[in-house]
Amino acid sequence: MSIVIIDYGMGNVGSIRNMLRKCGVTAQISGDPGEIERATKLILPGVGAFDQGMHRLRQYGLVTLLDRKVREEKTPLLGICLGMHLLARSSEEGREAGLGWFDAEVVRFRFGEQPGVGLKVPHMGWNTVRPQASDGVTGLVSGARFYFVHSYYVVCHNNDDVIARTTYGFSFASAMRRDNVIGVQFHPEKSHRFGMAFLSEFARSSSAVTAAEC
Amino acid sequence: MLIPRVIPCLLLRSRGLVKTTKFRRPVYLGDPVNVIRIFNEKEVDEVILLDITATLEQREPNFSLLEEISSECFMPLAYGGGVRTTSQMRTLYSLGIEKVALNTAAIDNPALISEAASCFGSQSVAVSIDVKKDWKRRYRVVTSCGRRMTTLDPVAFAVSMQQHGAGEVILNNIGRDGTMKGYDLDLVRSVTSCLDIPVIACGGAASVSDLAGVVRKGRASAAGAGSMFVFQGLHRGVLISFPSHAELEKAFAGTEPGWEYSPQGQSAANGKG
Repeated sequence: MSIVIIDYGMGNVGSIRNMLRKCGVTAQISGDPGEIERATKLILPGVGAFDQGMHRLRQYGLVTLLDRKVREEKTPLLGICLGMHLLARSSEEGREAGLGWFDAEVVRFRFGEQPGVGLKVPHMGWNTVRPQASDGVTGLVSGARFYFVHSYYVVCHNNDDVIARTTYGFSFASAMRRDNVIGVQFHPEKSHRFGMAFLSEFARSSSAVTAAEC
Repeated sequence: MLIPRVIPCLLLRSRGLVKTTKFRRPVYLGDPVNVIRIFNEKEVDEVILLDITATLEQREPNFSLLEEISSECFMPLAYGGGVRTTSQMRTLYSLGIEKVALNTAAIDNPALISEAASCFGSQSVAVSIDVKKDWKRRYRVVTSCGRRMTTLDPVAFAVSMQQHGAGEVILNNIGRDGTMKGYDLDLVRSVTSCLDIPVIACGGAASVSDLAGVVRKGRASAAGAGSMFVFQGLHRGVLISFPSHAELEKAFAGTEPGWEYSPQGQSAANGKG
Protein backbone atom coordinates (compact mmCIF):
# COMPACT_ATOMS: atom_id res chain seq x y z
CA MET A 1 0.00 0.00 0.00
CA SER A 2 1.31 3.44 -0.74
CA ILE A 3 -0.17 6.69 0.47
CA VAL A 4 0.75 9.78 -1.49
CA ILE A 5 0.27 13.27 -0.08
CA ILE A 6 -0.24 15.36 -3.19
CA ASP A 7 2.28 18.19 -3.30
CA TYR A 8 0.99 20.80 -5.70
CA GLY A 9 2.63 23.75 -3.99
CA MET A 10 -0.37 24.54 -1.80
CA GLY A 11 0.47 24.08 1.79
CA ASN A 12 1.38 22.01 4.72
CA VAL A 13 2.40 18.66 3.30
CA GLY A 14 5.12 18.28 5.96
CA SER A 15 2.67 18.38 8.85
CA ILE A 16 0.55 15.61 7.35
CA ARG A 17 3.54 13.35 6.81
CA ASN A 18 4.72 14.04 10.39
CA MET A 19 1.36 13.07 11.80
CA LEU A 20 1.15 9.90 9.69
CA ARG A 21 4.67 8.98 10.78
CA LYS A 22 3.54 9.40 14.38
CA CYS A 23 0.71 6.96 13.58
CA GLY A 24 3.28 4.51 12.24
CA VAL A 25 2.28 5.04 8.61
CA THR A 26 4.75 5.86 5.88
CA ALA A 27 3.55 8.32 3.29
CA GLN A 28 5.20 9.87 0.33
CA ILE A 29 5.00 13.54 -0.60
CA SER A 30 4.84 13.95 -4.35
CA GLY A 31 3.49 16.06 -7.17
CA ASP A 32 4.71 13.63 -9.80
CA PRO A 33 1.91 12.14 -11.94
CA GLY A 34 3.76 8.81 -12.15
CA GLU A 35 3.95 8.42 -8.39
CA ILE A 36 0.38 9.60 -7.91
CA GLU A 37 -0.69 7.04 -10.52
CA ARG A 38 0.83 4.25 -8.40
CA ALA A 39 -0.72 5.45 -5.12
CA THR A 40 -3.30 3.26 -3.42
CA LYS A 41 -4.53 6.17 -1.29
CA LEU A 42 -4.33 9.89 -1.81
CA ILE A 43 -4.39 12.91 0.43
CA LEU A 44 -5.13 16.30 -1.11
CA PRO A 45 -4.06 19.00 1.36
CA GLY A 46 -4.25 22.70 0.75
CA VAL A 47 -3.96 26.10 2.29
CA GLY A 48 -4.69 29.12 0.14
CA ALA A 49 -7.06 30.34 -2.52
CA PHE A 50 -9.46 28.17 -4.56
CA ASP A 51 -8.47 29.36 -8.04
CA GLN A 52 -4.80 29.08 -7.26
CA GLY A 53 -5.39 25.53 -6.05
CA MET A 54 -7.14 24.54 -9.30
CA HIS A 55 -4.48 26.30 -11.40
CA ARG A 56 -1.76 24.39 -9.62
CA LEU A 57 -3.52 21.04 -10.04
CA ARG A 58 -3.82 21.77 -13.74
CA GLN A 59 -0.26 23.04 -14.00
CA TYR A 60 1.00 19.80 -12.42
CA GLY A 61 -1.11 17.85 -14.91
CA LEU A 62 -3.18 16.24 -12.18
CA VAL A 63 -6.83 17.04 -12.87
CA THR A 64 -7.54 14.31 -15.44
CA LEU A 65 -5.33 11.84 -13.63
CA LEU A 66 -7.09 12.40 -10.30
CA ASP A 67 -10.46 12.23 -11.97
CA ARG A 68 -9.68 8.80 -13.39
CA LYS A 69 -7.98 7.48 -10.22
CA VAL A 70 -10.81 8.57 -8.01
CA ARG A 71 -13.88 8.05 -10.18
CA GLU A 72 -12.91 4.97 -12.17
CA GLU A 73 -10.31 3.20 -10.05
CA LYS A 74 -12.05 4.21 -6.82
CA THR A 75 -8.79 5.10 -5.11
CA PRO A 76 -9.64 6.53 -1.67
CA LEU A 77 -8.89 10.24 -1.45
CA LEU A 78 -8.98 12.55 1.54
CA GLY A 79 -9.24 16.29 0.90
CA ILE A 80 -8.26 18.57 3.77
CA CYS A 81 -9.39 22.22 4.10
CA LEU A 82 -8.83 23.78 0.66
CA GLY A 83 -8.43 20.17 -0.50
CA MET A 84 -12.05 19.64 0.60
CA HIS A 85 -13.21 22.79 -1.18
CA LEU A 86 -11.64 21.67 -4.47
CA LEU A 87 -13.89 18.57 -4.42
CA ALA A 88 -16.92 20.83 -4.89
CA ARG A 89 -18.26 22.20 -8.16
CA SER A 90 -17.40 25.83 -7.58
CA SER A 91 -16.49 28.43 -5.01
CA GLU A 92 -17.48 31.98 -4.27
CA GLU A 93 -13.80 32.56 -3.70
CA GLY A 94 -12.96 32.12 -7.38
CA ARG A 95 -14.13 31.60 -10.93
CA GLU A 96 -12.56 28.24 -11.69
CA ALA A 97 -14.62 25.07 -11.76
CA GLY A 98 -13.70 22.68 -8.97
CA LEU A 99 -13.13 18.94 -9.37
CA GLY A 100 -16.91 18.56 -9.06
CA TRP A 101 -16.98 15.17 -7.36
CA PHE A 102 -19.54 16.47 -4.89
CA ASP A 103 -22.74 18.26 -5.72
CA ALA A 104 -21.64 21.12 -3.54
CA GLU A 105 -20.42 24.67 -3.60
CA VAL A 106 -18.15 26.72 -1.40
CA VAL A 107 -19.39 29.93 0.20
CA ARG A 108 -17.96 32.53 2.54
CA PHE A 109 -18.86 33.04 6.18
CA ARG A 110 -20.77 36.28 6.41
CA PHE A 111 -21.52 37.73 9.79
CA GLY A 112 -20.89 41.39 9.04
CA GLU A 113 -24.50 42.13 8.11
CA GLN A 114 -25.59 41.05 11.54
CA PRO A 115 -25.00 44.01 13.82
CA GLY A 116 -23.56 43.27 17.21
CA VAL A 117 -22.42 39.82 16.26
CA GLY A 118 -18.84 39.29 17.28
CA LEU A 119 -17.95 36.33 15.13
CA LYS A 120 -14.60 36.67 13.43
CA VAL A 121 -13.75 35.36 10.02
CA PRO A 122 -11.75 33.17 9.62
CA HIS A 123 -13.27 30.61 11.93
CA MET A 124 -10.06 29.79 13.75
CA GLY A 125 -9.50 27.47 16.66
CA TRP A 126 -10.68 24.17 18.08
CA ASN A 127 -14.24 23.12 17.59
CA THR A 128 -16.23 19.95 18.05
CA VAL A 129 -17.67 17.82 15.27
CA ARG A 130 -21.00 16.04 15.39
CA PRO A 131 -20.94 12.88 13.30
CA GLN A 132 -24.11 12.38 11.26
CA ALA A 133 -26.00 9.13 10.91
CA SER A 134 -24.69 8.71 7.38
CA ASP A 135 -21.14 8.13 8.61
CA GLY A 136 -20.19 4.59 9.44
CA VAL A 137 -16.70 4.57 8.09
CA THR A 138 -14.42 7.40 9.03
CA GLY A 139 -14.32 6.77 12.77
CA LEU A 140 -15.26 10.33 13.72
CA VAL A 141 -16.57 10.21 17.27
CA SER A 142 -19.00 12.56 18.89
CA GLY A 143 -17.28 15.29 20.86
CA ALA A 144 -13.99 14.93 18.99
CA ARG A 145 -12.26 18.29 18.72
CA PHE A 146 -10.35 19.51 15.72
CA TYR A 147 -8.41 22.57 14.68
CA PHE A 148 -10.13 24.75 12.09
CA VAL A 149 -8.93 27.74 10.15
CA HIS A 150 -11.09 28.81 7.22
CA SER A 151 -13.12 31.69 5.82
CA TYR A 152 -15.18 29.57 3.40
CA TYR A 153 -17.21 26.43 3.98
CA VAL A 154 -18.82 23.77 1.82
CA VAL A 155 -22.56 23.61 1.24
CA CYS A 156 -23.52 20.07 0.17
CA HIS A 157 -26.66 19.90 -1.94
CA ASN A 158 -26.99 16.23 -1.18
CA ASN A 159 -27.49 16.01 2.56
CA ASP A 160 -26.45 12.34 2.64
CA ASP A 161 -22.92 13.40 1.71
CA VAL A 162 -22.53 15.25 5.00
CA ILE A 163 -20.92 13.00 7.60
CA ALA A 164 -20.16 15.58 10.29
CA ARG A 165 -21.33 19.02 11.25
CA THR A 166 -19.82 21.80 13.30
CA THR A 167 -21.36 24.98 14.62
CA TYR A 168 -19.83 28.38 14.06
CA GLY A 169 -22.71 30.80 14.22
CA PHE A 170 -24.69 28.14 12.38
CA SER A 171 -24.20 24.51 11.54
CA PHE A 172 -22.02 23.75 8.50
CA ALA A 173 -20.61 20.57 6.95
CA SER A 174 -17.25 19.92 8.57
CA ALA A 175 -16.81 16.53 6.89
CA MET A 176 -18.35 14.95 3.81
CA ARG A 177 -18.06 11.60 2.12
CA ARG A 178 -19.23 10.16 -1.16
CA ASP A 179 -18.09 6.66 -2.08
CA ASN A 180 -14.32 6.61 -1.81
CA VAL A 181 -13.84 10.36 -1.38
CA ILE A 182 -13.75 12.14 1.97
CA GLY A 183 -13.41 15.87 2.53
CA VAL A 184 -12.75 17.47 5.90
CA GLN A 185 -12.76 21.15 6.73
CA PHE A 186 -10.57 20.76 9.82
CA HIS A 187 -6.89 19.97 10.03
CA PRO A 188 -6.46 16.44 11.40
CA GLU A 189 -2.68 16.80 11.06
CA LYS A 190 -2.78 19.52 13.71
CA SER A 191 -5.44 18.08 16.00
CA HIS A 192 -3.31 15.86 18.26
CA ARG A 193 -5.04 12.68 19.43
CA PHE A 194 -8.30 13.32 17.59
CA GLY A 195 -6.47 13.99 14.34
CA MET A 196 -4.20 11.04 14.92
CA ALA A 197 -7.18 8.72 15.34
CA PHE A 198 -8.84 10.10 12.22
CA LEU A 199 -5.77 9.90 9.98
CA SER A 200 -4.89 6.44 11.28
CA GLU A 201 -8.37 5.26 10.39
CA PHE A 202 -8.06 6.66 6.88
CA ALA A 203 -4.60 5.15 6.43
CA ARG A 204 -5.50 1.73 7.78
CA SER A 205 -9.03 1.18 6.50
CA SER A 206 -8.59 -1.23 3.63
CA SER A 207 -9.42 0.16 0.22
CA ALA A 208 -11.39 -2.99 -0.49
CA VAL A 209 -13.74 -2.41 2.43
CA THR A 210 -14.23 1.19 1.45
CA ALA A 211 -14.97 0.22 -2.13
CA ALA A 212 -17.41 -2.49 -1.03
CA GLU A 213 -19.31 0.04 1.04
CA CYS A 214 -19.88 2.21 -1.97
CA MET B 1 -18.43 24.37 21.63
CA LEU B 2 -15.73 26.68 20.36
CA ILE B 3 -13.52 27.64 23.27
CA PRO B 4 -11.22 30.61 22.77
CA ARG B 5 -7.69 29.40 22.17
CA VAL B 6 -5.25 29.21 25.07
CA ILE B 7 -1.71 29.41 23.80
CA PRO B 8 1.62 28.81 25.52
CA CYS B 9 4.17 31.35 24.29
CA LEU B 10 7.61 29.80 24.34
CA LEU B 11 10.86 31.68 23.92
CA LEU B 12 13.81 30.20 22.15
CA ARG B 13 17.32 31.34 22.97
CA SER B 14 19.96 29.54 20.90
CA ARG B 15 18.90 25.87 21.32
CA GLY B 16 17.09 26.14 24.64
CA LEU B 17 13.75 27.44 25.86
CA VAL B 18 13.77 30.30 28.33
CA LYS B 19 11.28 32.51 30.14
CA THR B 20 11.95 36.20 30.56
CA THR B 21 10.64 38.90 32.91
CA LYS B 22 9.89 42.17 31.14
CA PHE B 23 11.86 40.73 28.20
CA ARG B 24 14.99 40.43 30.36
CA ARG B 25 16.61 37.94 32.73
CA PRO B 26 16.01 34.77 30.74
CA VAL B 27 15.60 31.65 32.90
CA TYR B 28 16.44 28.35 31.23
CA LEU B 29 13.49 25.94 31.00
CA GLY B 30 14.70 23.02 28.95
CA ASP B 31 14.99 21.42 25.56
CA PRO B 32 12.36 22.73 23.12
CA VAL B 33 11.55 19.35 21.59
CA ASN B 34 10.90 17.86 25.03
CA VAL B 35 8.73 20.75 26.08
CA ILE B 36 6.71 20.52 22.85
CA ARG B 37 6.21 16.79 23.47
CA ILE B 38 4.84 17.56 26.92
CA PHE B 39 2.45 20.17 25.53
CA ASN B 40 1.33 17.62 22.91
CA GLU B 41 0.42 15.19 25.65
CA LYS B 42 -1.46 17.92 27.46
CA GLU B 43 -3.46 18.57 24.27
CA VAL B 44 -2.67 22.22 24.03
CA ASP B 45 -4.64 24.28 21.48
CA GLU B 46 -1.73 25.92 19.75
CA VAL B 47 1.84 27.02 20.48
CA ILE B 48 3.73 30.22 19.74
CA LEU B 49 7.49 29.90 19.54
CA LEU B 50 9.58 33.07 19.38
CA ASP B 51 13.32 33.11 18.82
CA ILE B 52 14.26 36.11 20.94
CA THR B 53 17.85 36.49 19.77
CA ALA B 54 17.59 35.95 16.00
CA THR B 55 16.92 39.61 15.16
CA LEU B 56 19.47 40.90 17.67
CA GLU B 57 22.10 38.56 16.26
CA GLN B 58 20.99 39.49 12.73
CA ARG B 59 20.60 35.89 11.73
CA GLU B 60 18.02 33.70 10.05
CA PRO B 61 15.65 31.38 11.90
CA ASN B 62 17.31 28.15 12.99
CA PHE B 63 15.60 26.04 10.32
CA SER B 64 17.09 22.69 11.31
CA LEU B 65 16.02 23.07 14.94
CA LEU B 66 12.57 24.26 13.84
CA GLU B 67 12.21 21.20 11.64
CA GLU B 68 13.01 19.01 14.64
CA ILE B 69 10.49 20.87 16.78
CA SER B 70 7.68 20.95 14.22
CA SER B 71 8.00 17.26 13.44
CA GLU B 72 7.01 16.63 17.08
CA CYS B 73 4.33 19.30 17.21
CA PHE B 74 0.85 17.92 16.44
CA MET B 75 -0.96 21.13 17.10
CA PRO B 76 -0.79 24.43 15.24
CA LEU B 77 2.55 26.16 15.60
CA ALA B 78 3.34 29.84 15.08
CA TYR B 79 6.95 30.94 14.80
CA GLY B 80 8.56 34.37 15.00
CA GLY B 81 12.11 35.64 15.10
CA GLY B 82 14.56 36.81 12.44
CA VAL B 83 12.09 36.47 9.55
CA ARG B 84 12.61 39.14 6.89
CA THR B 85 11.63 37.58 3.54
CA THR B 86 8.82 35.60 1.94
CA SER B 87 11.30 32.94 0.92
CA GLN B 88 12.17 32.34 4.58
CA MET B 89 8.44 32.18 5.26
CA ARG B 90 7.94 29.60 2.51
CA THR B 91 10.66 27.44 4.09
CA LEU B 92 9.00 27.74 7.51
CA TYR B 93 5.58 26.69 6.16
CA SER B 94 7.15 23.73 4.37
CA LEU B 95 8.64 22.59 7.70
CA GLY B 96 5.12 22.32 9.12
CA ILE B 97 4.79 25.72 10.77
CA GLU B 98 1.26 27.13 10.29
CA LYS B 99 1.81 30.78 11.02
CA VAL B 100 4.76 33.10 10.83
CA ALA B 101 4.82 36.08 13.16
CA LEU B 102 6.56 39.21 11.98
CA ASN B 103 7.63 41.96 14.34
CA THR B 104 10.72 44.02 13.48
CA ALA B 105 10.34 43.27 9.76
CA ALA B 106 6.68 44.38 9.83
CA ILE B 107 7.74 47.81 11.08
CA ASP B 108 10.76 48.20 8.81
CA ASN B 109 8.95 46.89 5.75
CA PRO B 110 5.12 46.80 5.97
CA ALA B 111 4.97 45.76 2.31
CA LEU B 112 6.29 42.37 3.41
CA ILE B 113 2.95 41.76 5.15
CA SER B 114 0.96 42.44 1.98
CA GLU B 115 3.30 40.32 -0.09
CA ALA B 116 3.15 37.46 2.42
CA ALA B 117 -0.64 37.67 2.73
CA SER B 118 -1.09 37.43 -1.03
CA CYS B 119 1.38 34.52 -1.35
CA PHE B 120 0.33 32.44 1.64
CA GLY B 121 -3.07 33.78 2.74
CA SER B 122 -3.74 36.09 5.69
CA GLN B 123 -4.38 33.21 8.06
CA SER B 124 -0.70 32.26 7.83
CA VAL B 125 0.62 35.74 8.56
CA ALA B 126 0.61 37.14 12.09
CA VAL B 127 2.09 40.36 13.35
CA SER B 128 3.52 40.38 16.83
CA ILE B 129 3.33 43.77 18.51
CA ASP B 130 5.35 44.45 21.66
CA VAL B 131 4.25 47.49 23.62
CA LYS B 132 5.80 49.63 26.34
CA LYS B 133 4.89 53.00 27.85
CA ASP B 134 7.17 55.89 26.92
CA TRP B 135 8.25 58.69 29.30
CA LYS B 136 4.94 60.45 28.72
CA ARG B 137 3.18 57.20 29.69
CA ARG B 138 1.86 56.72 26.18
CA TYR B 139 1.76 53.21 24.73
CA ARG B 140 4.38 52.78 22.04
CA VAL B 141 5.38 49.89 19.78
CA VAL B 142 8.81 48.47 20.56
CA THR B 143 10.88 46.30 18.20
CA SER B 144 14.08 44.28 18.19
CA CYS B 145 12.97 42.16 21.11
CA GLY B 146 12.07 45.11 23.29
CA ARG B 147 15.27 47.05 22.61
CA ARG B 148 14.14 49.71 20.14
CA MET B 149 11.28 52.11 21.02
CA THR B 150 9.38 53.55 18.04
CA THR B 151 6.97 56.47 17.84
CA LEU B 152 4.17 54.19 16.66
CA ASP B 153 0.89 54.00 18.52
CA PRO B 154 -0.07 50.32 18.93
CA VAL B 155 -3.71 50.78 17.91
CA ALA B 156 -2.88 52.72 14.74
CA PHE B 157 -0.10 50.28 13.93
CA ALA B 158 -2.36 47.24 14.45
CA VAL B 159 -5.00 48.77 12.17
CA SER B 160 -2.43 49.43 9.46
CA MET B 161 -1.17 45.83 9.74
CA GLN B 162 -4.73 44.58 9.30
CA GLN B 163 -5.06 46.76 6.21
CA HIS B 164 -1.84 45.28 4.85
CA GLY B 165 -3.39 41.83 5.16
CA ALA B 166 -2.17 40.47 8.49
CA GLY B 167 -4.44 37.68 9.68
CA GLU B 168 -3.80 37.94 13.37
CA VAL B 169 -2.12 40.13 15.98
CA ILE B 170 -0.08 38.84 18.91
CA LEU B 171 -0.15 41.67 21.43
CA ASN B 172 2.31 41.76 24.31
CA ASN B 173 2.77 44.35 27.03
CA ILE B 174 6.46 44.13 27.89
CA GLY B 175 5.86 45.62 31.34
CA ARG B 176 3.68 42.62 32.24
CA ASP B 177 5.88 39.92 30.68
CA GLY B 178 6.79 37.28 33.27
CA THR B 179 5.27 39.30 36.13
CA MET B 180 2.09 37.23 36.50
CA LYS B 181 0.27 40.39 37.53
CA GLY B 182 -2.59 40.00 35.10
CA TYR B 183 -3.09 41.18 31.52
CA ASP B 184 -3.13 44.86 30.61
CA LEU B 185 -6.84 44.84 29.82
CA ASP B 186 -6.91 48.50 28.78
CA LEU B 187 -4.29 47.93 26.13
CA VAL B 188 -5.95 44.73 24.91
CA ARG B 189 -9.38 46.35 24.72
CA SER B 190 -8.08 49.43 22.90
CA VAL B 191 -6.60 47.21 20.18
CA THR B 192 -9.40 44.63 19.90
CA SER B 193 -12.06 47.32 19.65
CA CYS B 194 -10.43 48.66 16.46
CA LEU B 195 -9.67 45.36 14.71
CA ASP B 196 -11.65 42.73 12.84
CA ILE B 197 -8.84 40.19 12.88
CA PRO B 198 -8.22 38.04 15.96
CA VAL B 199 -5.91 39.26 18.73
CA ILE B 200 -3.87 36.92 20.91
CA ALA B 201 -3.22 38.75 24.19
CA CYS B 202 0.04 38.09 26.03
CA GLY B 203 1.82 39.32 29.10
CA GLY B 204 0.88 38.90 32.73
CA ALA B 205 -1.39 35.85 32.97
CA ALA B 206 -1.26 34.03 36.28
CA SER B 207 -4.45 31.97 36.39
CA VAL B 208 -7.20 30.38 34.34
CA SER B 209 -9.49 33.22 35.36
CA ASP B 210 -7.00 35.70 33.86
CA LEU B 211 -7.19 33.75 30.59
CA ALA B 212 -10.97 33.91 30.56
CA GLY B 213 -10.92 37.54 31.69
CA VAL B 214 -8.83 38.75 28.78
CA VAL B 215 -11.34 37.18 26.41
CA ARG B 216 -14.42 38.42 28.28
CA LYS B 217 -13.25 41.88 29.27
CA GLY B 218 -10.45 42.47 26.80
CA ARG B 219 -12.37 40.95 23.85
CA ALA B 220 -9.24 39.03 22.86
CA SER B 221 -9.80 36.02 20.59
CA ALA B 222 -7.11 33.99 22.32
CA ALA B 223 -5.15 34.07 25.55
CA GLY B 224 -1.39 33.62 25.43
CA ALA B 225 0.72 32.93 28.47
CA GLY B 226 4.25 31.92 29.38
CA SER B 227 5.09 31.80 33.09
CA MET B 228 1.85 30.19 34.24
CA PHE B 229 2.49 27.16 32.00
CA VAL B 230 6.17 26.72 32.80
CA PHE B 231 6.64 27.74 36.43
CA GLN B 232 5.19 26.31 39.60
CA GLY B 233 4.88 27.81 43.07
CA LEU B 234 6.35 30.83 44.77
CA HIS B 235 9.90 29.92 43.89
CA ARG B 236 9.05 29.56 40.24
CA GLY B 237 10.34 26.02 39.90
CA VAL B 238 10.26 24.85 36.29
CA LEU B 239 7.27 22.59 35.70
CA ILE B 240 5.35 22.36 32.45
CA SER B 241 1.60 22.39 33.06
CA PHE B 242 -1.60 23.17 31.21
CA PRO B 243 -5.20 23.38 32.44
CA SER B 244 -7.44 20.45 31.53
CA HIS B 245 -10.04 20.85 28.81
CA ALA B 246 -12.80 20.59 31.42
CA GLU B 247 -11.23 23.35 33.49
CA LEU B 248 -10.99 25.63 30.46
CA GLU B 249 -14.51 24.78 29.35
CA LYS B 250 -15.78 25.85 32.76
CA ALA B 251 -13.74 29.06 32.89
CA PHE B 252 -14.72 30.09 29.38
CA ALA B 253 -18.40 29.18 29.66
CA GLY B 254 -20.48 31.92 28.11
CA THR B 255 -17.72 33.31 25.91
CA GLU B 256 -18.52 31.11 22.92
CA PRO B 257 -20.90 32.29 20.23
CA GLY B 258 -24.10 30.93 21.73
CA TRP B 259 -26.58 32.04 19.14
CA GLU B 260 -27.80 30.32 16.03
CA TYR B 261 -27.96 32.15 12.77
CA SER B 262 -29.31 31.03 9.41
CA PRO B 263 -27.43 32.44 6.46
CA GLN B 264 -29.61 33.75 3.68
CA GLY B 265 -30.28 31.52 0.74
CA GLN B 266 -29.55 28.32 2.60
CA SER B 267 -32.02 25.50 2.60
CA ALA B 268 -33.08 23.82 5.80
CA ALA B 269 -31.03 20.81 4.74
CA ASN B 270 -27.76 22.59 5.25
CA GLY B 271 -28.88 24.98 7.95
CA LYS B 272 -29.29 23.36 11.32
CA GLY B 273 -27.51 20.09 11.90
